[in-house]
Amino acid sequence: MTGFLSLFRRLEGPQTLGRGPAFWALFALVLAGALAYPLFSDGYTVGNTVYFFVWVFIALSLSLIWGYGGSLSFGQTAFFGIAGYSYGILTINFGASYGFTWIALLLAVGMAALIAALLGYFMFFGRIAGVFLGIVTLAVTLMLERFMAQTAGPEWRIGAARLNGFNGMSAMPPLTIPWFGGPIVLFADVGLYYVVLAMLVLVYLALRILMNSAFGNVIVAIRENPERAEMLGYDIRKYQLITFVIGAALAGLSGVLYTVWGQYITPSSMGMTAASLPLIWVAVGGRSDLTATIIGTLVVLSGFQALTIYGSQYALVFMGVLLVLTVLIAPNGLVLGVINWITKLVTRRKQEAA
Amino acid sequence: MALLQLRDVNKHFGGLHVTNAVNLVLEQGEIHCLIGPNGAGKSTLFRLILGEHHPSSGQISFAGEDITALKSFARIRRGLSVKFQVPGVFKGLSVRQNLEIALQSRLSGAALAKEIDRLLAFLNLDAEQAQMAGNLSHGQKQWLEIGMAIALKPRLLLLDEPTAGMSPEETHMTGEMVRRLNAAGMTVLAIEHDMAFVRQVAQRVTVLHLGQVFAQGSIDEIVADERVAAIYLGQAHA
Ligand SMILES: Nc1ncnc2c1ncn2[C@@H]1O[C@H](COP(=O)(O)OP(=O)(O)OP(=O)(O)O)[C@@H](O)[C@H]1O
Ligand SMILES: [Mg+2]
Repeated sequence: MTGFLSLFRRLEGPQTLGRGPAFWALFALVLAGALAYPLFSDGYTVGNTVYFFVWVFIALSLSLIWGYGGSLSFGQTAFFGIAGYSYGILTINFGASYGFTWIALLLAVGMAALIAALLGYFMFFGRIAGVFLGIVTLAVTLMLERFMAQTAGPEWRIGAARLNGFNGMSAMPPLTIPWFGGPIVLFADVGLYYVVLAMLVLVYLALRILMNSAFGNVIVAIRENPERAEMLGYDIRKYQLITFVIGAALAGLSGVLYTVWGQYITPSSMGMTAASLPLIWVAVGGRSDLTATIIGTLVVLSGFQALTIYGSQYALVFMGVLLVLTVLIAPNGLVLGVINWITKLVTRRKQEAA
Repeated sequence: MALLQLRDVNKHFGGLHVTNAVNLVLEQGEIHCLIGPNGAGKSTLFRLILGEHHPSSGQISFAGEDITALKSFARIRRGLSVKFQVPGVFKGLSVRQNLEIALQSRLSGAALAKEIDRLLAFLNLDAEQAQMAGNLSHGQKQWLEIGMAIALKPRLLLLDEPTAGMSPEETHMTGEMVRRLNAAGMTVLAIEHDMAFVRQVAQRVTVLHLGQVFAQGSIDEIVADERVAAIYLGQAHA
């Protein structure tokens, strides 16, 4: 019981912005708004919003590995793709009855985590770090994209599932809840919205607890100074590996949700562009904080989508410009910078009032 | 009883013979100072003891156990601890959090908070506990890292130039800290260039020169040794 309560205390701490009644009141308000939002909107727009939410998990995975852990990984899109394809292969073969889509979701995320464990073991126990970690993970991502892109022939099939090369896989069943009156199929509208929102809230709170725990302390210590962390008696490779695996699972969750959202997955979701966009959202938001990462991702994504209406090539250029500006003006992230600035202002007001 | 023992330890970096057949015995409970000119191989010897470098040949044992093949973190867990030459504090974290990270594998909850407070007082860093460690003065960083090193309750504390960048008063205070730790049972091996500090704390002194043990004895014997004056202390006093 006390152990359970102490988990709640870890919702706040030095590793996450936001504390006290004011913050949690705001959190409840935003959550209430998000819950009520479908009532004031139409199914199509709500479905579109789900699309934004889907990407938040991969952004959080980068925040964890890069922002908190200090290791820049280009591998998140690879895990995204692995889990997406795994979901497709599983559900196309075994269907959606008896709640199997949920088992497929777990297995697909587990697959991404398993492959991350293997790759991570060789990287971290081989003491690959810094730039080299970036290079290795990028190589894995691009190799996987190339590989999937050449699977167009009919010989590339796993059971009933054709991999379909560059065109990708499609028509896998969406998440389906078995129900008495007949299964509830979660197409990309209100139902899926609530499911993904619930996952988002759970993952966000769980990550807050994790990062403010003793484990999170070691992760940021490794970012700040790996040698010192090891010389406090921590086997840092183990911590790095666990973080990498959790990150891969989150990226995998994004991949599965993306796949069920649009009922397709293609190799280009693992390409160079796909690998760099999440880096931009997270860098612009503020990689070293979970909340800033989520806000940054949602703002930049919706801005990006608004821009694509006028022409996608400009949208990508704009993304690049945004990244350069962030690095120059607020290297720790624009959203994080603004939040810190507001916090400073508020505390100064309070001090003046006192 | 010997707490740490180095037997014929050699270390080559390519063609460079940085540690040359070093034999060193550290007795349980002593404060031992390691001195010598720049580039003598003092910090390298620490890295060998800590397992950051592995000796080209020779053996290192700690508390009767051969630790030559152990990983660094495993050696730390057996009771070694270090303050590096360049302070290795976690710059982007608060002073308090730095200490928490050092203490959390041993303590938690209220006991952890209490021990952090006690260490802050011991280190004269009460007022700075909420500051980012990167914003501390050089001397304060040294103290903070000493605090992190002793938070582990090590049997052997390795200090690489603990007073570099400190005023004479601060140096003296650091010396007193080391003596108090030693009185509480901690064995200390300190690399220092500051002879006032060495005189203040050392029970025995080893002089390292060109990677070899050049002389060993009490501080008075070392200061009186003309050979040592010729290679090191002569310049230091000049
Ligand atoms: N990783 C390394 N690779 C190659 N040479 C090294 C390495 N580490 C140290 N050296 C060399 O070994 C010699 C001893 O270095 P070390 O840092 O141990 O000296 P020191 O006695 O601690 O000197 P100082 O008093 O200046 O700190 C130097 O010549 C240094 O350049
Ligand atoms: Mg040195």
